[in-house]
Amino acid sequence: MFVGYFTERPYQDPGAEWYDRYTAMQDLALSNGVIDPVKQADLYHRYFDEKQYIEKMGFDGVMLNSHHSTPFCMGGGPMNVEAGILSRITEKLKIILLGNVLPIWEDPLWLVEELGMIDVLSRGRLVSGFVRGTGRESIAHNSQSPYNWERFQEAHDFIIKAWTDPGPFRWEGKHYQYRYVNPWVRPYSQPHPQVWIPGIMSKSTIDWACAHRYPYVMLDSQLELTAQTFDYYRSQAKENGYEAGPQHLGYMFKIHVDETEEKAYETGRKLIEGAGNLFLDGSNGEANPWAQNLPGLNQRKQSNYLPTSQFLHVKRSRGVNLEGEELDFTEAPAPTPEEREFRRKQIFDGLLDRYAVIVGTPETVAKKVRHVLETLRPGNIIFWHGDGDFSHEDTMRGIRLMGEELLPQIRDMAKELDLPGAFEVDPATNQRVGEATPMPVG
Amino acid sequence: MTPRDVEVAGLRVHLNERGEGAPMVVLHHSTGPLWTPFHDALAEQYAVTAIDLPGFAQSERPEDARSPRDLGILTLQAIDALELDEFHLVGLGFGGWVAAEIATMAGRRLSALTLVGAAGVKPREGAGFIHDPVTAGFVEYVRLGFHDGEAFDAFFGAEPSKDMIDLWDYSREMTARVTWKPWMWSLVLPTLLRGVTVPAQVIWGAEDAVVPLDCGEQYAEILPNGHLEVIDGAGHLVELERPEAVARLVTGFAPVAS
Repeated sequence: MFVGYFTERPYQDPGAEWYDRYTAMQDLALSNGVIDPVKQADLYHRYFDEKQYIEKMGFDGVMLNSHHSTPFCMGGGPMNVEAGILSRITEKLKIILLGNVLPIWEDPLWLVEELGMIDVLSRGRLVSGFVRGTGRESIAHNSQSPYNWERFQEAHDFIIKAWTDPGPFRWEGKHYQYRYVNPWVRPYSQPHPQVWIPGIMSKSTIDWACAHRYPYVMLDSQLELTAQTFDYYRSQAKENGYEAGPQHLGYMFKIHVDETEEKAYETGRKLIEGAGNLFLDGSNGEANPWAQNLPGLNQRKQSNYLPTSQFLHVKRSRGVNLEGEELDFTEAPAPTPEEREFRRKQIFDGLLDRYAVIVGTPETVAKKVRHVLETLRPGNIIFWHGDGDFSHEDTMRGIRLMGEELLPQIRDMAKELDLPGAFEVDPATNQRVGEATPMPVG
Repeated sequence: MTPRDVEVAGLRVHLNERGEGAPMVVLHHSTGPLWTPFHDALAEQYAVTAIDLPGFAQSERPEDARSPRDLGILTLQAIDALELDEFHLVGLGFGGWVAAEIATMAGRRLSALTLVGAAGVKPREGAGFIHDPVTAGFVEYVRLGFHDGEAFDAFFGAEPSKDMIDLWDYSREMTARVTWKPWMWSLVLPTLLRGVTVPAQVIWGAEDAVVPLDCGEQYAEILPNGHLEVIDGAGHLVELERPEAVARLVTGFAPVAS
C-alpha cells in the first residue's frame, strides 16, 4: 500500500471579505489584487514545513497539483519549482505531480528538462503525472482548447521519447516541432519516472491510461461510482492484455483525524471551507461552467463519460450537459446566515455519508478507511488534508495522529487485504519490485 | 431558399440559394449560418448563395484547417465549383474576415466586397479588444450582438431553441479551431488588403460591442477603394437589427446585373 498526502496549498486569508465561509466564490471572478505577498510567503513556508513533517510521520509520498489563477491552489505555475525544493528538503518521500497540464505547454522540452532534474536530484523519487487541465488552465495560458487532447497525447509521447531514447533526435509532430532534442539530463528512474493519471470524468482518459499501463487516480466521489469506474479500468486493462491490480488504482479522499469525534467533525469541516477547490462537490464556490466547457475541450458523446461524472457538481463544473438538457445557472435568492450554516453543514454531512470525506478519531477513521479499501481495492491512497480553512496547528495535529495511530493500522490492513502499491508491484510489468529484470541503461 | 451541396477537396460544402440576378455570395458570422430577412431582401435583386463555411453547420469539417484563410481557400474552391466567375462578396462578422481573405486572393473576380462588422484586424490602441466570448454563454454572446435586447427576443425568442443553442455551440468550437491566439485578428491581413482594389463597402453598427467600430474605420482606410457606412442604434448583428437598411446599402452599392 502506498499512502500519500495532498493539499492544494490554498491562499488563506481569514477575515478577508472574499474568503468568508458563506460567500460563494465565483471562479475567475477574483482579482489577484487581493494577494498579500507577505501572507503568501508565510503560507508557502508553512506548506513546506508540513511536507517535511509528513515524511517524518511515515507517509510514502507527497502529491502536488497545478491549478492556475486561483486562490485554491498556489501551485499553479510553481508546481515543478515546489517539486524541485521538495527533492532537496525531503529524503524518502515520493514526489507525485498530478500533474503537469501538458496541453498548455508550448515547449514540452522544458518539462523533459525540469522533471528530469527533479527525478535526478531526488534520486528517483518523482512520479510524473500528466493532466489535460480544467478549462481555467487553458484560459490562463491561452491554449487552444479544441486541440487539448491531441496536444496532451503528443506532448506525452515526446516527453517519454526524450526521456528514453538517447539524443539527439528530431521531432516533427502535429503540434510540436524540434530541430534538435538532446536534453542534458536523463531520468534517474529507469526507464523513466512512473506516470500516474488522475481523472474523474472521461473514459477516453482511462482508455489511454490503460493502454499505457499507467495507474489511474480518482478523486473523492461516491464510493459505488468510483468502484464502477475502477471496474471499467479493469475491463479496459483486459482489453489491453493485462490484469489490472491494486497497483494500478489510486484513490484520493479528504480525511481528518483528531483527538475527539467532535473536534474531528468541526475541524474536518474546514476541508470544504475557505478557498476550497471549486470543482468538487461540497466546495464553497462555483466553477464558471463556460470556462470548464471551452470549445472542443470536452467530448460531446455521453458514452464517453464515467459513472463518477454524474455528480451534479462535477457536471456543472465542466458545464457538461449529459442529459441533453440545458443546465440552469439561475442564481437563487440569497439565503439567511442560518440557512447558509444549515446548508453548509448539510453538504458536509452528505460528504461524510458517502465517504468522500472521512473524519474521526484514529479508531473510527481506521474502520471507515477499511471500508474504502475493501470496496475499491486500491493499492495507492492519497489523504487530502490540511486544505481549505485548515490552520497550521490543525494540520500538524492531524498529521501526527495519522502517522502515529492510523498509518500502522492501514499498513496491516493492506497486507491482510493484499493491496500492493505502485512501488511494490510495478504497474508496467505486474512484477514485484525487486523481481523485475533491470532495464539496461543507455 | 434552395439547399444544395457541392464537393470541395473531398469535403461536402452546404449552401442555400435564392433569387435571380447577378451572383452574390454571403458568408455568415462565427455563430453559424442562418437564412434571415436580410438574405431575403438581398435575394429580391441578386442570385444569393449563402455558404455554410467549411466546418460549420452542414458543411464538413476540414480537420487540419487552422485559420480563416484556410476556410477562405476552401470557400473559394466551392465558389469555383458553382462556376461563379464574378460575384459580389458579402461577409458578416467572422465571415467578413473570411471574405477579406478571399478578396486578397481573388480580387479580380469580385464585382464588389461588402464587410459587415468584420473581424480580422486588430483594434488600435485605446479602441478596446474584439470581444472574447469563451467564458460566457452562447445566449449571452449573441445578445451582446444586439443593441436592442428586445430585437434579440423578437428574432430568437426570449429563450432560444435547443437547435439554435446547438448551432451556436458547434459553431463556437469550429471558430476556436481556426482563431484563438490572436483572437479574431490577423497580423498580416492589413498588409495584404492594401493591394485589393475591388470596390469595397464597410458597414458597421454604431453600437457594435463585439468588433469595435475602429476596425471598420481601419478597413475603410486600408482598402484603396473602400468606404465606411455606420448605422446608428444598431449593434454587431446590424443585419438582424436593420435588415432592410443594410440590404439597401448592399444592393445599392453595386449595379444589379441585367
